[in-house]
Amino acid sequence: MRPLPAPFSNWFSARGWQVHPHQIAMLHRAAAPALLLVAPTGGGKTLAGFLPTLVDLAEAPRSGLHTLYISPLKALAADIRRNLTAPITEMGLPIRVEDRTGDTSYTKRQRQRADPPHILLTTPESLALLLSYEDAPRIFAGLSRVVVDEIHALAESKRGDQLMLCLSRLSTLCPGLRRVGLSATVEDPAAIARFLARHPDPCEVLTADPGPDPDISMLETEAPPPWAGGGGRYAIPDILAQIRRHRTTLIFHNTRAQAELFFRDLWLANDDGLPIGIHHGSLAREARERVEAAMVRGELRAVVCTGSLDLGIDWGDVDLVIQVGAPKNVKRLVQRIGRANHRYNAPSKALLVPANRWEVVECQAALEAVRDHDLDGDPRGPGPRDVLCQHILIRACSGPFAADDLYAEVTTAGPYAALTRPDFDACLDFCATGGYALRAYDRWQRLMLRNGNWTLRDPRATRDIRMNIGTITDAEMVKVRWQNRHGGAALGEVEESFAATLSPGDTFLIGGQIVRYVGLREMALEVTPAPGREPKIAVFSGTKFSTSTQLSERILRLLDQPDWPRLPAHTAAWLALQRDMSRLPQPDRLLVETFPAEGRAHLCLYGFAGRAAQQTLGLLLTRRMEEEDLNPLGFVATDYATLIWGLDPVPDPALLLDRAALRDGLDTWLKGNAVMKRTFRNVALVAGLIQRNHPGQRKSGRQATFSSDILYDTLHRFDPDHLLLQITREEAMRGLVSFGRIEKMLDRIGGRIDHVTPGRVTPLAAPLFLEHGRVPVDGAARDRLLEETAARLMAEAGLS
Amino acid sequence: MSAYDFRLCETALTALPSGALYWAEQGVLVVSDLHLGKSERIARRSGVLLPPYEVTETLSRLDADIATTAPRLVICLGDSFDDLKAADLAEDHALWLTRLMAGRRWVWIEGNHDPGPVDLGGEHRTELTLGPLTFRHIALLGATGEVSGHYHPKMRVAGQSRRCFLLDGARLILPAFGTYTGGLSSDSIAFSGLMEEGAIAILTGRKALPVPIPKDTP
Repeated sequence: MRPLPAPFSNWFSARGWQVHPHQIAMLHRAAAPALLLVAPTGGGKTLAGFLPTLVDLAEAPRSGLHTLYISPLKALAADIRRNLTAPITEMGLPIRVEDRTGDTSYTKRQRQRADPPHILLTTPESLALLLSYEDAPRIFAGLSRVVVDEIHALAESKRGDQLMLCLSRLSTLCPGLRRVGLSATVEDPAAIARFLARHPDPCEVLTADPGPDPDISMLETEAPPPWAGGGGRYAIPDILAQIRRHRTTLIFHNTRAQAELFFRDLWLANDDGLPIGIHHGSLAREARERVEAAMVRGELRAVVCTGSLDLGIDWGDVDLVIQVGAPKNVKRLVQRIGRANHRYNAPSKALLVPANRWEVVECQAALEAVRDHDLDGDPRGPGPRDVLCQHILIRACSGPFAADDLYAEVTTAGPYAALTRPDFDACLDFCATGGYALRAYDRWQRLMLRNGNWTLRDPRATRDIRMNIGTITDAEMVKVRWQNRHGGAALGEVEESFAATLSPGDTFLIGGQIVRYVGLREMALEVTPAPGREPKIAVFSGTKFSTSTQLSERILRLLDQPDWPRLPAHTAAWLALQRDMSRLPQPDRLLVETFPAEGRAHLCLYGFAGRAAQQTLGLLLTRRMEEEDLNPLGFVATDYATLIWGLDPVPDPALLLDRAALRDGLDTWLKGNAVMKRTFRNVALVAGLIQRNHPGQRKSGRQATFSSDILYDTLHRFDPDHLLLQITREEAMRGLVSFGRIEKMLDRIGGRIDHVTPGRVTPLAAPLFLEHGRVPVDGAARDRLLEETAARLMAEAGLS
Repeated sequence: MSAYDFRLCETALTALPSGALYWAEQGVLVVSDLHLGKSERIARRSGVLLPPYEVTETLSRLDADIATTAPRLVICLGDSFDDLKAADLAEDHALWLTRLMAGRRWVWIEGNHDPGPVDLGGEHRTELTLGPLTFRHIALLGATGEVSGHYHPKMRVAGQSRRCFLLDGARLILPAFGTYTGGLSSDSIAFSGLMEEGAIAILTGRKALPVPIPKDTP
């Protein structure tokens, strides 16, 4: 065993710190081609990743880039730089550390290219940009290690796929490059190891002591949770009591809208004036930074937040995490819990607050999963081809390449190890010619084959390609700011689709304040304060996760018990009543209830397939009902069930669930579907068909762009097998459409359908009547709605 | 009837749901901002290769309107081509246009994208006056009986954004007819000085629908 070099052991002991065993283990395995460290939050993961670099540079000082550190967050890169600078300065090591992100100044970035630091801290997008430069081989000369932080988060998204393609390029530029991944606790470390390693290199997984189990339970509240809805506002008095009892509390919500509503009501009930902040991805950067800084200084007693606080930055003194709303996913819950108590050997403390009765069951199932260390996660499937298209364009920016070489290179990236040559060639053809059935661009190919190498036809195209690097394609956002006479400061942003529904005078919540929409100016929503007004429109949509397959199965097993001693009495009584009136859903069967209510025939199908799949199921079943002349009128879906209402009762639900017929309906329905169009837009952005930052585009005040929906419709009509439509279909099936989960459900029930006709609304179905998001079914509804609105507006204006 | 009949300067006109204007009495069909060759121009200038089907799509809709109205005169209100090079159409598209032009008068009004004559036959004008109506690409302040295009107006009603005509007592502005064309929101500043109080929009889509234009917010 090689001991820690003297300056390092002295530095540790001067602080009274112990080196963790996994930190030493990382040092001993410094020569491994790839290494994955799985450690809980607070386990000194980052230092473990950097220790081999620091030791190497301390013992053999040299110039040039030695280690590249990649983090998913810009803020994390800056945070790490501060944390690394301390030991380097204190030990007097000859090491320069710099970060480079989208926020780094132009002059600094130029200097970094000319004279790179020893350790460069950056993001996947900034790395891709560096690799697009012609002098990339010079910039990265001598690079010997790359550290990928929070790799579990990156591995779930296209950002990770892009990063792995970048690493495949780096490994060509720097033979012998060693890779280190740092991960939070995940269900399948081997999958992340395969993702990270240069295929087919091995990748050892080091697992740090996970520390003591978290202290986690359901919050006991004065009032029982409501029957339906989200937000957990009923629990505010109990949550305030918890905040008072702890130093610093993080209160996680699943959506930004719920965080806003909760924050507002929490503030109204905050009679002691406890300092409480709000933090989510839609807030202006300045607003978020203010909260972060106050957190670091220990000035806040609580922060209401969303996934924007899931990653990285060390908040110091958090001693309680509260999750409001069902966690939907056990792995994310565990990672969130880890935010409490960054001291390694103390248990994290967490409380779950179910937002309604159904969520009580889900929270109990999640608690048991956490205790059993049973994490969930669906394998992601092979690397998406739109990311590969972008990578090919980036590669072309840095200089000519041979197709054979690039194919060999990209298949060393874990997510693309199984990429076939025809699939690669299709992506290359898309980049070169557009890949259309109609070969229209012979004269204007984007990439040309010259002397056996692919190269950009017009070198000026590098500018556009570089400006469009990246795979984050959030919905189009519109900035929100105060009107000039209120200071003009930025408040944050809302989705364009939400902005489009606003009329002047409408009020909404952002950053915990109620604001009044005044008008649109220079592509920003101008607002004025509207204190005390009830916000007319309180929601702007955020990500809605579906409950994971594994957690759904646990819920089913939990329901399928003779009694429920671990559930609160109100919830156990509710379930018992359901059993008396109808039946309880069972893991290997499908419960379908039909009953009359409110003068309509109702059908409630307990599929437990997650919100997205239950929603898709609603659309498909109502289509089938149309075909059968059963006159469906509408439906609503939750993570657990779909409730459909219509004019006629469904005599035999099994007929509606024929797999082939559902799939048929899916294909027809998908064509014109908004979900598909949204997915297509993302794919087209990533693959480089459309651009997000067109230079000078918005200067004229006149939008030169047109909606990507037009491209989708055109492709669908004239070129239905186009590569981008193939990618769109694959992605929608896995993501928003989630047909895979419907098929899994059909597999699970294997035709065992329990059709119950209880004669009236059942206890389990009742909450669905209170759910938001009811979807009307009427093919002609869109046109009729438009006509009625137009006629009304004309009449009001006296013009008809 | 899915079209919308209205009067401009005592002239009976029809807004077709496609975004074309039909003047039945004179047998005139008017379309604006076809932007033919847009994908080709974008490819030439930026290397971005959009689906190359928009000329086919635009011409097939124009073909359909010509087939139903059988006009004696077709007026293209400018920006018919995305630039003058784009007027150099693929052979099958050029033939298609020639077939549409056969047996009728055809006027290309020049626009800011296509400011010169093209090789495709037809007349080339900066503007054209027929009776009380004047056809030009960009609206002139103070004009009356004017039919123009250029702005690609669109409007959002009941959550749906549609291309639209804009109509007041003095002028009509046509929506863009070309497939690959975006739009300018009808309540945007460009129109606030141009359209009179009480102007309406006529939405295109499955049906041509009149709606009032919301007043400017203070």
